[in-house]
Amino acid sequence: MLELEARAEPSRLMSWASPLLAVALMLAGGLAVFAALGKDPVEGFRVFFLNPVKDLYALSELLLKATPLMLCAIGLAIGFRANVWNIGAEGQFMLGAVAATGVALYFGDSESALVLPAMVLAGAAGGAAWAAIPALLRTRFNANEILVSLMLVYVAQLFVSWLVFGPWKDPDGFNFPQTRMFAEAATLPMVIEGTRLHFGFAIALAALVAGYAFMNRSHAGFRMRVAGEAVDAARYAGFSATRMIWVGLLLGGAAAGLAGMGEVAGPMGQLTDKVASGYGFAAIIVAFVGRLNAFGILLASLLMALLYIGGEQAQQYLNLPNSISMVFQGMLLFFLLGADVFIHYRLRLRRRGA
Amino acid sequence: MPILPPLTPPQPSAAAPARLVLQGIGKVYPTVVANDDIGLTVRAGEIRAILGENGAGKSTLMKIIYGVTRPSSGRMFWEGEEVQVESPAHARSLGIGMVFQHFSLFETLTVVENVALALPGKPALDALAQRIVEVSARYGLPVDPRRHIHALSVGERQRVEIVRCLLQDPRLLIMDEPTSVLTPQAVRKLFETLRRLADEGCSILYISHKLDEIRELCHTATVLRGGRVTGECIPAQETPASMARLMIGKELPRCEHDAPQAGGEVRLRLAGLSHASDDPFGTDLRDLHLDVHAGEIVGIAGVSGNGQQELLRVISGEEPLAERFPVQICGVEAGRLSPGRRRRLGMAFVPEERLGRGAVPTMSLADNALLTAAHSQGMVTAGFLRFERARAFARRCIDDFNVKCGGPAAAAKSLSGGNLQKFIVGREILQAPRLLVCAQPTWGVDVGAAAFIRQQIIDLRNRGCAVLVISEELDELFEICDRIAVIAKGRLSPVRAAGDTSIEDIGVWMSGLWPGAGDTADAPLAMETPHA
Repeated sequence: MLELEARAEPSRLMSWASPLLAVALMLAGGLAVFAALGKDPVEGFRVFFLNPVKDLYALSELLLKATPLMLCAIGLAIGFRANVWNIGAEGQFMLGAVAATGVALYFGDSESALVLPAMVLAGAAGGAAWAAIPALLRTRFNANEILVSLMLVYVAQLFVSWLVFGPWKDPDGFNFPQTRMFAEAATLPMVIEGTRLHFGFAIALAALVAGYAFMNRSHAGFRMRVAGEAVDAARYAGFSATRMIWVGLLLGGAAAGLAGMGEVAGPMGQLTDKVASGYGFAAIIVAFVGRLNAFGILLASLLMALLYIGGEQAQQYLNLPNSISMVFQGMLLFFLLGADVFIHYRLRLRRRGA
Repeated sequence: MPILPPLTPPQPSAAAPARLVLQGIGKVYPTVVANDDIGLTVRAGEIRAILGENGAGKSTLMKIIYGVTRPSSGRMFWEGEEVQVESPAHARSLGIGMVFQHFSLFETLTVVENVALALPGKPALDALAQRIVEVSARYGLPVDPRRHIHALSVGERQRVEIVRCLLQDPRLLIMDEPTSVLTPQAVRKLFETLRRLADEGCSILYISHKLDEIRELCHTATVLRGGRVTGECIPAQETPASMARLMIGKELPRCEHDAPQAGGEVRLRLAGLSHASDDPFGTDLRDLHLDVHAGEIVGIAGVSGNGQQELLRVISGEEPLAERFPVQICGVEAGRLSPGRRRRLGMAFVPEERLGRGAVPTMSLADNALLTAAHSQGMVTAGFLRFERARAFARRCIDDFNVKCGGPAAAAKSLSGGNLQKFIVGREILQAPRLLVCAQPTWGVDVGAAAFIRQQIIDLRNRGCAVLVISEELDELFEICDRIAVIAKGRLSPVRAAGDTSIEDIGVWMSGLWPGAGDTADAPLAMETPHA
């Protein structure tokens, strides 16, 4: 008889091996799905997992996709460490995009070098402001931040739609729900010529480093970790719970807003009603697969980007629906949660009746 | 001070088998052997003490008998027949009852409802209430079956637990540290009840580390150390010292305590402190006055649940007040300050719960040093942590306070309770506080470590620190305190010099009956007192 036995100590090895195990199981599950759909699993594997890394351009697309995921996830991880559950990065992402778009449209064809920095600030501020709503409601009225931040995603989506169908609609845009294209000065420069990989990637890497320094080296980050591990100890030590909620939500919102800014000022060059496309939600998976740790998040965001692009490739070459990438994302999280059991437990074979 | 008549051990009858026999019982957990080859015999009508320090394996053994856990090895015989106890329900059906140290009662239900929940089937409440009254009258355990649990004192709650066991006519009653929450008078009543039960043939396993109680109550004692039986004795024929030797393997250490320095400045002043508890079952604090001076140790005694928790939170700043003046720390009106600000005024605080409040279980000792000592020991520069200083400070705590652990990188939860307590006390004392507030400094700590911690607190006082100790252990308070007060129902008694009072007097005060207590007993809670 197999049985789970509690480990005396949580296994360090397992806490890192578990994401790898989850990836392996996801691969196996994915190949089974391909086979069940009547596709050649080997071909499916090649298209899904090898096409996205086959040359420099494909790699640059992968990094481009990973950029908003990294940004959102590192911001969320700071809050998650302190048990501040911001589920609304998607909405904060959109408000960051809206604020940056507002700046870009306001400056119009200006060639000032200050436009981009202003957009960066506006993006971060827009995301933070949207996250401030759940923070305020939580600290003032003890309203659950999970529900409030999640519901605000839908408000943000409707707000974006109203803008691009209404006041901000491109007058020369054949009635498409989108703003005018941004001017040169309001577009992020490229990191590699000939690709779409923009400067936002560098911002995301910098955010990872800053996130690492904040969580692991700063006193404020230490206080947040304590709050996440033991509420009473944080209270005993005098770490303000209110401040922790504000910091967690505002940093998460600002990072998501930056990611939104990067999308409109980068590959899109305008605001449309499809601006978010699920990055804010996928970032929750990225944060957990990455163990709420900066380096882990770097790897996890690359993996998640691979799933996104692999899904598109499967759509193109294998004639599969786009939801295939959601299937892979779901399997990844499912197997991760399953494998995480082995951090605290181990399997033991026991003879019945012993 | 003989309280009960001398013991007459039950006469073993050759015909009847012993009530309970354990042979070679062992219990192995992944990292520790909790019980190793334990043998035990309990006869009908015998009160047998299970004596041992924390971690000696007493609780594990009782859980095995009561069916909460299964032994890894060994055999158990109940009235001559071999049994494997599958569950507590099985144990109860055999006739084994247990009263746990931590009560398992629903606070929002009445006594009779709580008792009904533990009985099989769906008993009629009226008839059950009648039976409760009968049983409680027979054994001198007055309980009103219609009262709600939250309105009962701790002693009364324990009576409910005992009555609940007795209703099932147990032939073996297990009591786990039953006196830790009782006043001395309530202990006396409990002992009379247990004697009566034993006279009627019920066997009792009495778990404790209090040597005086065991000498007074128990016919026989089995001593455990490190999971093994290290001896058996007749407590009445032993001295506390000889039993302590069996229990800890060496002489019982004593603290050195000389007279306090007089005339120190006031470091902590409670000036008419009143505070309504947020918790509906909490205790409101009413008009507390107290001065603690530099160079003295003031103790607050009391039965748990009389406002100690609330008082500690208000002093530490975990629950700030609306007003400044009721709590004054080192001359500053600190009622509204956060715990961090109060610490910077020179206060240090050792909380009652070690894991989860005094220390973060999953974090290393170095990180736990950062918890309260970050600013006083210069572990933060420009918002960033200086880990080498945290490690060095944790190392000092470990070395100076003999903390047995794997070093500053060891996780707090990997330490035993006593060693973690030594670390936390060390962390607070080594910051050289001007005022130390200590809750239950040696609760659940073994005898050797407890004596060490008490000595450290006395030494700190001798260096001019003001110390406030809140404890439920009267012996401990009389050992280390210069002055003692009692908290009961959220009110504070007058403060007496420890030499001018006695354990008996303080015990009477613990039920709220101190001179002058009646005058204010029904005064409304004065929250709106204007600041003079």
